[in-house]
Formats: sequence, structure tokens, C-alpha cells
Amino acid sequence: MNNIIKKFLPQILAILFVVLIFGFLTINAQTNMDNRGIDFGFGFLSQESSFDVQFSLIEYSGSDSYARAFLVGLLNTLLVSFISIIFCTILGVIIGVARLSSNYLIKNSAAWYVEFFRNIPLLLQIFFWYYAALRALPLPEKANAWFGVTYMTVKGYYIPAMVWENLNIFLYCGLAAIISIIILRNYANNLRDNKGKQIPVLLYSFAILIILPLLSFLIGGVSLEFELPQLKKLSKISYIYEGGISLPPELIALVLALSLYTSTFVAECVRAGIEGVSKGQKEAAASVGLTPNQVLKLVIMPQALRIIIPPTTNQYLNLTKNSSLAAAIAYPDLVLVFAGTALMQTGKAIEIVSITMLTYLTISLTIAAIMNWYNKKIEIKEK
Amino acid sequence: MFKLVKRLTSLVAMFAVLFAFSTETMAAKKSKTLENTKKRGFVRCGVSQGLPGFSNADESGNWTGIDVDVCRAVAAATLGDATKVKFTPLSAKERFTALTSGEIDILSRNTTWTLSRDADIGLTFVGVNFYDGQGFMVRKGSGIKSTSEFKNGTSVCTNLGTTTELNMRDFFDSRGISYEPVVFEKADEVVAAYDAGRCDTYTTDKSGLAAQRTKLSAPDDHVVLPETISKEPLGPVVRQGDSVWEDIVRWSLNTMIEAEEYGVNSSNADMMKTSNNPAIKRLVGAEGELGAAFGLDNDWNLRIIKQVGNYGESYKRNIADTGILPDRGPNELWTKGGILYVPPAR
Repeated sequence: MNNIIKKFLPQILAILFVVLIFGFLTINAQTNMDNRGIDFGFGFLSQESSFDVQFSLIEYSGSDSYARAFLVGLLNTLLVSFISIIFCTILGVIIGVARLSSNYLIKNSAAWYVEFFRNIPLLLQIFFWYYAALRALPLPEKANAWFGVTYMTVKGYYIPAMVWENLNIFLYCGLAAIISIIILRNYANNLRDNKGKQIPVLLYSFAILIILPLLSFLIGGVSLEFELPQLKKLSKISYIYEGGISLPPELIALVLALSLYTSTFVAECVRAGIEGVSKGQKEAAASVGLTPNQVLKLVIMPQALRIIIPPTTNQYLNLTKNSSLAAAIAYPDLVLVFAGTALMQTGKAIEIVSITMLTYLTISLTIAAIMNWYNKKIEIKEK
Repeated sequence: MFKLVKRLTSLVAMFAVLFAFSTETMAAKKSKTLENTKKRGFVRCGVSQGLPGFSNADESGNWTGIDVDVCRAVAAATLGDATKVKFTPLSAKERFTALTSGEIDILSRNTTWTLSRDADIGLTFVGVNFYDGQGFMVRKGSGIKSTSEFKNGTSVCTNLGTTTELNMRDFFDSRGISYEPVVFEKADEVVAAYDAGRCDTYTTDKSGLAAQRTKLSAPDDHVVLPETISKEPLGPVVRQGDSVWEDIVRWSLNTMIEAEEYGVNSSNADMMKTSNNPAIKRLVGAEGELGAAFGLDNDWNLRIIKQVGNYGESYKRNIADTGILPDRGPNELWTKGGILYVPPAR
């Protein structure tokens, strides 16, 4: 009897404590809100938002609901995180490998890069890119064309838009190409395992990837045209580019700052991963006659990745959360649109802040889940 | 075992005390804010992060402006000293939360009185100290003379969390013009973005445009368009639930306006005690017991007029003499063709 009490009482007390604390906080908030005549509820989500957003991935206007404004903000957050994660990964891997180079110049510039961008606060970097670098760009009418058809201006980066005909056929062809490559790889692996025969999978894969979509152009009726940005006069002295796609400077500044900053951490993860594989492994692989490429691909990388993935996941999570600094430079992300404008217009502080917090939590947990799944997939399979 | 029971009882006791405390403090008392203000010794006032003429701090941290004067008037009335105010600069986004959460007791920050703000989010507007309207500023060289000349694709810089965001949508939508809203949290960021050519036009309340124009690199190259696209009655706000405090703030503002109407100002207020006009005598505390209604002494309004001045003095000092809006327009007394009209103090 005594033992049972000793075993469970502390746990029951702990639970009771947590419940009481939450209960107290809820009741406290409730009473205070009642006293001040503030209603609690999520009904506002279906009301008309009546404000516009600078930049949206989906159709949105002021006559849409607050729920849709939330979605606009969420998609903008995901967009900037997604682009930055891709850039910071590419850059991080290059810099990380460069730090291990035997070339003195490459090795040291990479080290300088890491130390420089890692040690300046992110918000300052965002301000630098937005207020210093991008504000110094020319006005639209004075901008020089980059690559002949794109224009980098103080109002944004204007690039040609793609106008597709029968885009779905092209996408099906792309999908078919990817599926056939997967089948080919499985077949090649079987062939190697069972009969010891090697076929140049990479070469064949590239061929499939080029030929199938190309066929869609030749016989599938797919066509692609580019709509170029055209200078348009707004008044005697102000111009804008019309047609094509406009990337607002807020987005560019944010992507630049987030990718450069996070890439330094990714680079260190990559370096740690590669250095974490013992030298003996490399020497052993070389001594059984593998080429340097094969050593990297078949021996070093599979082991290094296991060290690289978990800390890199952290960096991806950080990047996504850091993207909320967007609010400082008018990029319409979740925080600016929903926890900013929508909060102000409705006054529903508790509801909106909790929704925003839950959303970031969900995004982070989803990224963590994907990376954990990938980590599981590449870990050593004990047989 | 015994120990655990003892621990449990003390825990429960702790919570009982906590709950008792919270219910006690939550019971709405009539002039809790006034009591706390007196205990604290200063009025907690939320102002802008720097809008010349309305609320602006100089290098040594002295706040001036007509919004600032409202808080000073309340301090003069309640504490007897117009300088006993603690100013908290707030962005448009933060302002209402700061008030409802009890961080400040008066929000006097060029805030537009609207139905939803008044009725929906636990705030009460006590009056209007500046009648304004939203306008647009453009570069002179653009040749734009009217808002009807805006074209599709115009980019517009403005402040986050303001009625401006909503008005500009109504304006552009009703005219079928597509535009790019670029919204910043701080007014200075908006000005900088417009100055750098990020936006073709800058929109906010016309008084704000006039004030912010002085911060541009070449103020004379910019012009405010004549059209006014909205009504923006700006005024002080208090938390809902303390009607006595609400009345104190309302009548502090009204006293300033009524004093101008009766020609009472900071230099002649003492002499007016012997006036023949009972209305003037009431204004300077020489007749009636007006202060008792809020739990204040009888000289509360005299102190406001002596220490802060009447509305006309405040306007002249902060807005006219600084060159922001020399012409009072609608902010002239009703007796002089404006729309400033307050209920009688009696």
C-alpha cells in the first residue's frame, strides 16, 4: 500500500499541479477579458478581412476571409523558408567541403566566410541587405538588363514569366521520367547484386530525363513562351515593369540573409560529418581498389550523412522560425499578415497569437518528422 | 506518507491563496486606475514613436505635441503636476494590447475612433482632439495632381495595423486599380522606403503626411494630393471598465477646448476667477463642485489651463508654429467655423 502511494502520488501531484496552473491561467485570462469586455472566439476567421496583401501565392483580395489571409501569410512563410533551405543547403555543402580542401586559398576563404556570416546577428544582416544593398539599386527606368531580359530594381527583381501550353502533358512526361529512373535504378541494383554486372545508371538517367520531356515538346503539343517584363509609365517620373514575374525586394533580402546566415551552420555540420568518418575507412576503401569518387559516394558519404542530418535538421528548424523576422522589412509572412495586420484589425490578440504559435509548432514538427524519417532511412541497418 | 499529506495540504493552501488574490483584484472597482495613478505618482501614457506635432521627443527626451498635452492635462488634473507623466512610445501594432493589458492607462497616439475599435476590443474612446482624413503624398516631379491619376501597379507605402490599410483597399478597390501595398511597422521605415523610391506614393492621415514630410531628404520635392479619402477622428483612448477614469480623461480634454471657447488661457486663468461669467468661473474652479464628481479637488481644471494651456495654445505651440499645418481647418472652434464642439462643463 505504502509503496503504491510512493510510486503514484508524486506523479498524480505533478499532473494536478500542471492542471491547476493551466486552469488558473485560463480562469485569470477569462475573468480579465470579461472585465474589459473582450470576447473570446474564432468566429472572426470567417469574416471579411478587408485589407490587401502585397504579395500572395494564391488568389486573395480584401473581400476574402481572415482564414484566407492566414493561409496567404502561411504560404509566404513556407515559400521563403523553402527557397532559403534549398539555397543554404547547396551553399553549406559547398563551403563545408571547401573547408576540408587541401588548397590553402579555398580552405581559408571558406573559413573566413563561415566566421563572418555566422557571427553577425541575423536581424542586422536582414537590415543590411534590405536597407543598404537593395535600396541602392536603380529605379526601374534606369535599370540595366541582366542576362538581357531580367531587371534588378529598387522595386524588385523582374524576370520573364513562363507561358505554357499543355503544361499537364509536360508534367506527366516529367513524372514518367522520374518513375522510369527509379525502376532503372532498382533493376541496376539487382543486376549488380545478383550477377555482378555494372551499367552506367547515371548516364541513362540523364538521357531519360532529357529525352522524355523533349518528346512532349516535339509530339505532345507542349509549347513554352516567355512573357518579358515591359517598362510601363505610371506618371511623369515613375515607372514599373509589367508582365513577367516580380520578386519583391523584401523577399530577396530575406532569402539572401537567411540562406547566407544558415549556410554557415550547415557548412559546419557538413565538415563535422566528413571529419567524423575515420581515416581508416577511406584508406581501406582505396586499398580494395575503389576510385576516389566511389570512395566518397559509397564509403564516406553514407557514414557522414548520419552525423550531418540531425544537427542540420536543427538548422532548418531555426531558419523557418527565423523567417518570422520578415516582419521587420515588410515581407508579408505569417507574422506580418496574421499576427500583425489581422490582429490589429480584429483585436483578437489571444486567439491570433495562439494560432500563430501552433502553426509554427506544426511547421517545425513536420520538418523534424521528415528529417527523422530520412535519418532512419540512411542509418546503419543491423542485420 | 505523513510528510506527503502535509506537502499536499500546503500546496492546496497555496492555490487557495492565489485564487483568493486573483478574484479580489479582479472585482471591478470604480476608480482603480485613479487610485493606482496617485499611488504611483505619475500617469502612464502611450504615445507614438515620433510624429512631430502630435507626440515627439527631443534629444533630451522631452515629449511635446497635442497628443502629449492630453496626458499632461490628465496629470495636472489628477496629480497637480503636468510633468508627472511617463511616456511609452508604441507602434501602431502594439498600442491597443499595451492599453488592454494594463501597461499604460491612456493611449494618446493619433488613434482613429472607429466602431469596431470602440465596441469590440475592450477600449473606450473619450473624444476627438484632432479631426483628420487620409491623403496621399507623391513626388512633385511625377506631375500627378489628383488621386484619379493613379495607374495600375502603383506601389503604396503605409503603416501596419492602421485604418489606413483598410481605407486604401476601399479606395483602390472601388476604382478598380490594382496596387502593391508595402506595409512597415514603424513610421520611419515607411518614410525611408518612400524616400528611396520603393513606393510611388505614401498614404496616411494628412496631418501625418504633413509632419513626416519634414523627415524626407528633400521635403520640397513632395506634395500632398488635395483629396481626402476617409474620416479620421483622432483622440485619446482608455481601457473599458473604469468609467470614472474615462470621465477624467474626457473632461480633461474637454476643459482645454472649452477654455479656448471662453477665452481662458494659461496666462489669464488666475484672473478669470473673478469673472462675471459663471461658465468661466466654473472652468477655473471658482464656482461649483465639478471636481468632486471624479473624486478630484475643485482646482483640477484650473491646473490644466495654467500648466498645459487651452486647446488653441496647444495647437499653436505644437502644430501651427512648427509649420506642420498652420491652417486649423476643421480643428477650429464651432464658433469660428470649425467643428470643435464639446458639451458644457457644468
